[in-house]
Amino acid sequence: MPELMQFLLSGITVGAVYALVALGFTIIYNASDVVNFAQGEFVMLGGMITVFAYQAGLPLPLAALIAIAATAAAGVAFNKLAIETARGAPVVSLIIITIGASIFIQGVAQVVFDKQLHRLPAFSGDEPLHVFGATILPQSLWVMGGALIVFVGLWVFFTRTLTGRAVLATSNNRLAAQLVGINTNFVMTLSFGLSAAIGALAGVLVTPITLTSYQIGISLALKGFAAAMLGGMGNPKGALVGGIALGLLEALTAGYLSSQYKDAVAFVVILAVLFAMPQGLFGRKAMERV
Amino acid sequence: MLTVEGLRSRYGRIEVLHGVDLHVDSGEIVAVVGANGAGKTTLLRCLSGVQPVSAGQIMFRGEPLTAVPAFRRLQRGLAQSPEGRQIFTNLTVEENLRLGAFIYEDERVDRDMQDAFAMFPILREKRNLAAGGLSGGQQQMLAIARALMGRPACLLLDEPSMGLAPILVAQIFDVVKSLKALDVTVLLVEQNAFGALSIADRGYVLETGRISFEGAAAELIADPRIREAYLGI
Repeated sequence: MPELMQFLLSGITVGAVYALVALGFTIIYNASDVVNFAQGEFVMLGGMITVFAYQAGLPLPLAALIAIAATAAAGVAFNKLAIETARGAPVVSLIIITIGASIFIQGVAQVVFDKQLHRLPAFSGDEPLHVFGATILPQSLWVMGGALIVFVGLWVFFTRTLTGRAVLATSNNRLAAQLVGINTNFVMTLSFGLSAAIGALAGVLVTPITLTSYQIGISLALKGFAAAMLGGMGNPKGALVGGIALGLLEALTAGYLSSQYKDAVAFVVILAVLFAMPQGLFGRKAMERV
Repeated sequence: MLTVEGLRSRYGRIEVLHGVDLHVDSGEIVAVVGANGAGKTTLLRCLSGVQPVSAGQIMFRGEPLTAVPAFRRLQRGLAQSPEGRQIFTNLTVEENLRLGAFIYEDERVDRDMQDAFAMFPILREKRNLAAGGLSGGQQQMLAIARALMGRPACLLLDEPSMGLAPILVAQIFDVVKSLKALDVTVLLVEQNAFGALSIADRGYVLETGRISFEGAAAELIADPRIREAYLGI
């Protein structure tokens, strides 16, 4: 029993990271129908910039803030330089652009930073807490709390604010959004900035547990993408549930079967779910009359 | 209120509007009629700013409009109910209406929404349903109501009767006619020439990118050439 509890706790921790990445996918997808495969690089940048700012002598909270702001700026620049200039291109082309951007950001990161693994000190010490016979690092609570706060914030943003609904409107019908007075370029800028900031926050929170390096982005992007698809692309609730579910699947497989099979089992389950429910767990059915 | 001079517009190398002149005075309902492909929709897209203008001048309430980006034109008082309705299908009817008043955050928004529901009671019944599930006629009502939520001085209507059953067409045209009482100037673009000209004050006939006839709506309906070509009489 303590064994199961241990697997659940570590699964939720990893799942919270996937959920944060998936939430980043959700925002950009909602604004533009683009699946941004550079989302993992935002996580990498968040962790790496914090590490180097901290090593330069800045206090950790300040270093983290700088990293989040700088990554948000990188997200805005990415939109202005690569996505906005290709406006009118098919969504598939835009997605390929995001893959190119991902490779580019990785390349720049290994030149500007280095190719080593880096870690950050845990925010609240390394003394494990005991929960029902299992142990959990205080840093895991930071990760879970971060994912929860971001989720609630986004949920309120999309369902309770006019700006949030303007983002949804832009994604649904860009022409009509312009006609009702929505500055669709600003919506895109906002979405990329917000999405990059959330990715960076994930990077900052998780680096004390998993370490970081220039190349952690791709695998996180794939897992986050899988989580978003599992939950239903474009739905914040789906991103959260999908992320946690993926984390739990991995942790349970690694615990009871073998850690070599954890990715395989996770992806097989996702395939099975998508086979039965192509819209994902919380995806809206595309039903409309013409 | 609205003056268009020598308006030209193109899609790639193909010019669709070859110098269109027209004007709409305050309080009027003006109809632009013409066949499929005459450039009616392109004309309205130029006016709302989502289609580039290659030459010519658009003046609205005494100010040039050509350089104003599309999303700022509603603030100037120009709203459009676009071709194909273009409602936000994923959002509810009420959210669609609220977004129509996106540029406003005051208590008048609620009153305007009640007015919209009074104008189209079916929208009140379906206010919490996804707009994509509405019938074609209901979607058209929603598109007009959403444009009115923007408190326009001038409303551009693109083919409001397209694809609707005759009884709904009559209902929509009645609503357009009633906008006069609300001090909304209307520029109406229609293939249904007879319906449009019967509620309009003045009309233009657009033929392959040029205005071929203009005049009082009653005169146009009476003109034998137009009767033959557009009214099927």
